[in-house]
Amino acid sequence: MSTATTTSDIGGSPRTRAIAEFWHYFSENKGAVVGLCFVGIVICCAIFAPLIAPYSPEEQFRDYFLVPPVWEDGGSSMFLLGTDAVGRDILSRLIYGARYSLAAGCVIIALTLTSGIGLGLTAGYVRGWFEVLVMRLMDIILSVPSLLLALVLVTVLGPGLFSAIVAIAVTYVPHFVRLTRAQVISEAQRDYVTASRVAGAGTLRLMVIAILPNCMAPLIVQATMSFSTSILDVAALGFLGVGAQPPTPEWGRMLAEAREFITRAWWVVTFPGLAILLTVLAINLMGDGLRDALDPKMKRS
Amino acid sequence: MSNQAVLSARDLKRDYEVGGSAFSKPKLLRALAGASFDLFPGKTLAVVGESGCGKSTLGRLVTMIEKPTSGTLTLDGKDVVAGLSNKAEAKQLRQDVQIVFQDPYGSLNPRHKIGSMLEEPLKINRPDLSAKDREELGRQMMAKVGLRPEHYSRYPHMFSGGQRQRIAIARALMLQPKVIVLDEPVSALDVSIQAQVLNLLNDVQEEFKLAYLFISHDLSVVKHVADEVMVMYLGRPVEKGSCEEIFANPQHPYTRALLSATPVADPRHKRDRIRLTGEIPSPIAPPPGCTFHPRCPLANERCRAEIPELLDRGGTLIACHAVEEGRNQEAAPAA
Repeated sequence: MSTATTTSDIGGSPRTRAIAEFWHYFSENKGAVVGLCFVGIVICCAIFAPLIAPYSPEEQFRDYFLVPPVWEDGGSSMFLLGTDAVGRDILSRLIYGARYSLAAGCVIIALTLTSGIGLGLTAGYVRGWFEVLVMRLMDIILSVPSLLLALVLVTVLGPGLFSAIVAIAVTYVPHFVRLTRAQVISEAQRDYVTASRVAGAGTLRLMVIAILPNCMAPLIVQATMSFSTSILDVAALGFLGVGAQPPTPEWGRMLAEAREFITRAWWVVTFPGLAILLTVLAINLMGDGLRDALDPKMKRS
Repeated sequence: MSNQAVLSARDLKRDYEVGGSAFSKPKLLRALAGASFDLFPGKTLAVVGESGCGKSTLGRLVTMIEKPTSGTLTLDGKDVVAGLSNKAEAKQLRQDVQIVFQDPYGSLNPRHKIGSMLEEPLKINRPDLSAKDREELGRQMMAKVGLRPEHYSRYPHMFSGGQRQRIAIARALMLQPKVIVLDEPVSALDVSIQAQVLNLLNDVQEEFKLAYLFISHDLSVVKHVADEVMVMYLGRPVEKGSCEEIFANPQHPYTRALLSATPVADPRHKRDRIRLTGEIPSPIAPPPGCTFHPRCPLANERCRAEIPELLDRGGTLIACHAVEEGRNQEAAPAA
């Protein structure tokens, strides 16, 4: 009893202590903290876009086509990062674009997490022919290059941001199904599941209340990692012209529209590209830190 | 044993199919080859044997986690095997038999608080109780097994092994069962903690008139807790009798070997250690005749051909040709 007493006297409730411990390990990784800060900035930009952005993303200034950034010769203090070929402020478009990228990422992850966990949990718990069916189906999806599959799906669904989101979600599901199934299989054999069954728990209760919470840690990490790739994929589909449609200020779309000016006006291509690069990098750094902090094997006490 | 048996098993068998694939026929593994016993309120039946002898399978059958391949299991006069196919009846039957596992680290869900763990059986089986009543009952049970009220909202990783086993016992008691299967409940604990947990088990047995099926390989613990002992070898009971009789006067050569392997805390104690040679045979291909004959010092031709029956010899049931023919007397230990 003494051990329990001493540990409880140090901090408050187990939840706050768990969070404190998590932060302790997370903050040891400086890259992860930098990543978290940058992601925080991007999220703020997305939420408060109308307040931060100097102009509307679709407003055209007909006297200012392809104005270079403010520090270049011919730059104007009206447009900090310059304007594009039809006179729209690049900074405003980037700020509004954060909304689309983040929202797309969130929706994709939500879709894949729910369907992946649902399929993986049932496959791992029920086993038998259902498991074989689901897993072989996932193998088939995995065997096709993901961007190619997404392209085909978007073509079938019709171009647009929403189709792109659904298509990318489909290509991500197998990873989540496999991860969940493996976890569920190992957890389902533990004694606490049997104890719950002896207490009279039904199948749904065993699956969702007893087993699932113990499978979440690797899924959270996988979700963060997939978040960055999904932003990249949405941009890729936008660049290929099947994702977000003009005049949506989506980052990939902006790159595609700026392609023909790449030799004359470097800024129209560079800034959307940088935005994608930095956001993805930041999320990856954050995900690495998250994985290290959540994995008990990496903990050094 | 004056009162009625709360649970009776007759000739319980359990087979598993192993190694089957699309190209080969699965082999039959006979984990339990016919066990009969009765459990009485307030009494403990200990099942002993080395690993692989079917004692855990027996526990799983009694707790209704698995169905027996054949044989009958009756709980309070009701047929369990038939009852399990009816969902409502199965729910009722399950409440009467609970289990405590060996490993207290694996048997508690690491994501659930102690309180919600104790309330889970009530939540499932007693929809008539309000959340407040459930908490009240949970706290009462915690006090009964020696846990403090502030432990209610803690997680399992904050407890020691002995405390966790107390939690597991409290959880098993929540539905006021009649039978508790104790699957090696103390073998994962320190010796000093073992005594505490065994005393707790003793106390709750007296208070609730529980019948225990105590599965163990630790004979010194069995001697301390059991009223009756059943020794199993390769899925079969080989000797069954009262605790005193089995420990004082073991008959079956396997029981003797088991008992002689128990350490005695007396340096001057002269030990006639009976050493068994060889391994326990595979239950997929059990030897013909008495399954113990390849390792038995008394085996003869009859043992190699004929399976011995469990026969009553002065209150103790023994399945052995050598005992039946009196061949074991010359090899009897001097004690």
